[in-house]
Amino acid sequence: MQLARVLGEVVSTMKDANLIGIKLLVLQPLAAGGEAAGRTLVALDSVGAGVGEHVFFVRGREAAFPFYPAEPPTDAAVIGIVDHWDLE
Amino acid sequence: MQICRVVGTVVATQKHRKLEGAKLMLVQPLTLDDQPRGTTLLAIDSVGAGIGEKVLVVIEGKAAGDALGKKAAAVDAAIIGIVDAVEVGA
Repeated sequence: MQLARVLGEVVSTMKDANLIGIKLLVLQPLAAGGEAAGRTLVALDSVGAGVGEHVFFVRGREAAFPFYPAEPPTDAAVIGIVDHWDLE
Repeated sequence: MQICRVVGTVVATQKHRKLEGAKLMLVQPLTLDDQPRGTTLLAIDSVGAGIGEKVLVVIEGKAAGDALGKKAAAVDAAIIGIVDAVEVGA
């Protein structure tokens, strides 16, 4: 799992039927210091996150699990909204 | 998932039987300001995308197989949506 900031949303009308009703978020992964780290990506939203929020997300096959028993074809999903994080 | 542009199609008569009927497209990953990023890749198309369209590509084997509608198909990328708009907030 990784920290990220929500940059935006993707609008798609023509899509896989298993994605209908699921919000698509554009994420910028973040390093622990809060700086951008790596490529932006699109992830499914399972927690009601919005633009500007800090979130954490999971990659891989597990990204479909929050939508069980549905199996949307995805490789990334937002699974939490971060209130804050602290570094020693 | 990555936002990509469809830049070509791939025709292959001889392919694994699990790929029969699959439409193969060449897609170019894009940055948020629509610049090409990285190398083009092959993805199967399950939504009827055309050349020049901006699409959502899932890059994970299980998801790509689900999109193709076949179990244990040897695919690792699939077009699963056509992008109408990307709304980037402040």
